[in-house]
Amino acid sequence: MDPIIEITLRSLKVSGIAAILASVIGIPISLLLVFTNFKGKELIKSLFNGLLGIPTVVMGLFLYLLLSPKGPFGFLNLLYTEMGISLGQMLLILPIVVSFSTSSIEQINIEIYELALTLSASKSEAMMKVINEALPSILLAFIAAFNRAIAELGIALMVGGNIFVYNGLANTRVLTTAIQMHVARGEIDIALELGFILLGIVFIISLVMNIVKRVWL
Amino acid sequence: MKKLKVIVIVVIFGLIITTLYAFEQNKRKEVEILTISTTTSLYDTGFLDEVAKIFKEKGVELHFIAKGTGAALNDAKLGISDMVLVHARSKEEQFMKEGYGVNRKIFAYNFFIIVGPADDPAGIKGMNVVEAMKKIVEMGRKGKVIWVSRGDLSGTNIKEISLWKAAGFNYEEIKRENWFRETGSGMGNTLLYASNKKAYTLSDTGTYLKYEKEGKIQLKILVDKGEQLINIYSVIIVNPEKGDKTERDFELAMKIEKWLVSDEGQELLRNYGKDVYGKSLFYPAVEILENKIEPYYSWIVKYGFINGSECPEEYRYKAEDYGITFW
Repeated sequence: MDPIIEITLRSLKVSGIAAILASVIGIPISLLLVFTNFKGKELIKSLFNGLLGIPTVVMGLFLYLLLSPKGPFGFLNLLYTEMGISLGQMLLILPIVVSFSTSSIEQINIEIYELALTLSASKSEAMMKVINEALPSILLAFIAAFNRAIAELGIALMVGGNIFVYNGLANTRVLTTAIQMHVARGEIDIALELGFILLGIVFIISLVMNIVKRVWL
Repeated sequence: MKKLKVIVIVVIFGLIITTLYAFEQNKRKEVEILTISTTTSLYDTGFLDEVAKIFKEKGVELHFIAKGTGAALNDAKLGISDMVLVHARSKEEQFMKEGYGVNRKIFAYNFFIIVGPADDPAGIKGMNVVEAMKKIVEMGRKGKVIWVSRGDLSGTNIKEISLWKAAGFNYEEIKRENWFRETGSGMGNTLLYASNKKAYTLSDTGTYLKYEKEGKIQLKILVDKGEQLINIYSVIIVNPEKGDKTERDFELAMKIEKWLVSDEGQELLRNYGKDVYGKSLFYPAVEILENKIEPYYSWIVKYGFINGSECPEEYRYKAEDYGITFW
């Protein structure tokens, strides 16, 4: 396979898994944050909000130390693997999913939820109604999360290691680390080409999701 | 009922993740993988990509992690890599003294160069390196020239620090003067910065030739004389007793080391980049040590040996089992 195609597909796969994981974990968290009341709820909310802009290098450094063979999670063998990058990016974008969906569900919550209840819906039916209404915003949160994951460098570099062997089975080079390396090597043309591919992906995915949103929701 | 659904979803989800994880770990077991932390100047020339290709055909995947020499050694200390390719003797010695590394072999050398603007405002062209550094300080203090340093504790940066010392200056002190700039980044970026600012800098030959060839920089080689400029690359194996490494990792690493200093490896090194740049980026070191070719032999001894050997007795580990001898 052509290396550029291989790298592009890997970027999509790694960050796609990260975004799906973050959504599956993050959306239930935001439902919990909206529909239940418990002590420290506001604290958790502001924690997620605060983590929205966590620098990827800092995150990468923590994960690198935690996942190194002598670190506490070294036994998982996740350092310098695709799965390692996916899980790292998942942690990075979890706050995006949680914060975005929490605030969008909150906005819809009161009116729809109470209306559904007065129309004799059960609690869980009313909750589903709210989620249904908030779906476009949740989708938007998913895209924002995916775009942040695929465009970040720090975690992909420190946890992934930019490994590439021709026809290798355990490569970890993704678009961002490849761009960084080609710039360092002075191969600006390839770096630019990869940069346009990355921009293209981000743009096309946003476009497709916008169309999906308009047609189906 | 609703709780049950949630539990089922969570379980299915967990299963998918574990399967993906197991699949990836399994894929890694199918091939032999060796992790090698390397200095960027070796990696960025593309030489190691060639090496990786050759070993891929032999069924071994070499995973090169490119970092500065300091970071590469740190990787090894954390138990990540099985061997390191580096070029800073003082750090290598410390690394072995702490018990992390064994069986050091010198496998390549080339020369650092001082590059600067073509009109050479400091007038250092053709000078000996120590004289040139003194002249740059003098002209810098008059505000006529700028010096750019990597400032990243890479092998190149460490060489620069020792050159300043040889010229009678303290790096920590002069780096605060206003004609002195630090980029804190790789050689390529530093060359681009120096070219834009019409400044002087210390560079490795490989990166300079590459950037020069592609017309990205307007810098000329001004100083390439002086034994102090020699740049010596060595390979160190991570000590299996200290690095949580299996016997198999060690065995594989020793095979790679043996290949690097074999005729095949040395020949690849000699010819790499010749067709593109018109001259070798690296010179093989083994023949120099074997035949004591002067003056390079005494320079390698002076700047690359530790206590009179490339690898003193106490840092050797089962090397004779693999047919490796030390000079």
